[in-house]
Amino acid sequence: MFSLAVFFQSFGPLFWAARYTLLISVLGIGLGIVIGTLICAARLSPYPPLRRFAAVWVSFLRGVPLLVQLLVFYYALPVIGLDVPAMVAAVVTVGICASAYISEIWRGAIAALPKGQAEAAVAIGMTPVDVWTRVILPQAVTLSLPALINELILLVKASSLVSVVGILEITRASQAQAATTFRPLEVYIAAACIYLLINLCLAALGRYLEHRTAV
Amino acid sequence: MLAASSVEMRKVNKYYGKFQALKDIDLSIPPGKVTCLIGPSGSGKSTLLRCINFLEEYDSGEVRIDGQLIGYDAPNKKMSGRRLREMRRSIGMVFQQFNLWPHMTARENVAEGLIRVRRISKADADRRASEALAKVGLADKSASHPSRLSGGQQQRVAIARAIAMEPKLMLFDEPTSALDPELVGEVLSVMRTLAGEGMTMVVVTHEMGFAAHVADQVGFMEKGELVSVASPDRILHRPEDARIQSFLRTYHERNSF
Ligand SMILES: Nc1ncnc2c1ncn2[C@@H]1O[C@H](COP(=O)(O)OP(=O)(O)O)[C@@H](O)[C@H]1O
Ligand SMILES: [Mg+2]
Repeated sequence: MFSLAVFFQSFGPLFWAARYTLLISVLGIGLGIVIGTLICAARLSPYPPLRRFAAVWVSFLRGVPLLVQLLVFYYALPVIGLDVPAMVAAVVTVGICASAYISEIWRGAIAALPKGQAEAAVAIGMTPVDVWTRVILPQAVTLSLPALINELILLVKASSLVSVVGILEITRASQAQAATTFRPLEVYIAAACIYLLINLCLAALGRYLEHRTAV
Repeated sequence: MLAASSVEMRKVNKYYGKFQALKDIDLSIPPGKVTCLIGPSGSGKSTLLRCINFLEEYDSGEVRIDGQLIGYDAPNKKMSGRRLREMRRSIGMVFQQFNLWPHMTARENVAEGLIRVRRISKADADRRASEALAKVGLADKSASHPSRLSGGQQQRVAIARAIAMEPKLMLFDEPTSALDPELVGEVLSVMRTLAGEGMTMVVVTHEMGFAAHVADQVGFMEKGELVSVASPDRILHRPEDARIQSFLRTYHERNSF
């Protein structure tokens, strides 16, 4: 029989574990945006070595599963003498992995802008910095918002993978909970509900931002 | 009277890879006059126009604005970005697709260059932007985003954006070609006013009526060559060159019914 009592009792500890899920996803996307912007800038730069580096970065990180990246990163760092906390390793790996996708999101949005947008700015004598900050990026950000929110939702789900390096986020916490209560079904359904709740909130946030920036 | 620039093009050549888009272009554009460029699609009209503000880099020859070489300090030595921007500041450009910035209101579109390029305070820039919008008959649209405006209104905002910078030369690349027929008139009338004020204007156009009535000289282009430059009457009503005759015949056939 499905035990409603166990189902509801699971929420307390799982909500508590959700702070790691959120922390890793939010810090991960933040780091991903910073690195992804740099990678995108390198990709669009006039310097062939930088462009090649960015292209390799993107194809490597998109081509290797996040789980494998996590394990490699977590076990490789001690080999080179770096003993980083699991949390740091997780955020950095998730951020680096996201940077590859975010760089491509930016690149797509920038490429989607008509060439005339920048030309109109260049023609009145605006500097390259102004052309980027006043004309290209504000529009690229608006265009990318749906894809960025989508990426954040993917990260929330992908963050379940960091359980392999011992972080007690939602998925790992529910495994522990299932093992002590012997009621896996109730616990995992509760976990599913929490993921769903987080992502529905993010989707709503996305719709709100899109609505606000619509012209 | 406005301060108006002159343009001198001498033996200008432009290649896209192996394809030669401009062939030995010689063209004098006197100050305060209107020069219209006509010719079949793909003949190099836009390329020629865009060489004047160096939006397109010509490969050889000279383009001089008021005697000043644009784009190069010397043959094969590019001008610094800073010098080029200084020269572009006094050249306005209006595009076929308007190219208004959709994330800014009409007034912000016009004020942007004043604030960023001319370094005018925001309050002054807003005031001048409003004046420029009033001049093109859009005082009541200054708070609207481009997406809320008709094509004709958008193009007039684009003209306001250019004239607010107080240019001495205006370049128009088919300014009415993207407009519904009933919206063409309002844009041409703004351009006619500007011409009447003594602005130097170079206008790529398919509006033969505008060319006939407003231009001081008309240039006909074909296959990268500037075939002929002469008075509107000479080009449009008494063309001697067979290529011009054939172009005008096609034009008239298409526009009669
Ligand atoms: N960026 C470009 N790369 C390659 N070819 C181009 C480019 N821009 C224009 N061309 C070619 O140069 C020729 C002249 O183009 P354009 O000046 O736009 O003609 P027009 O404005 O008279 O229609 C055309 O054949 C066009 O295909
Ligand atoms: Mg053209």
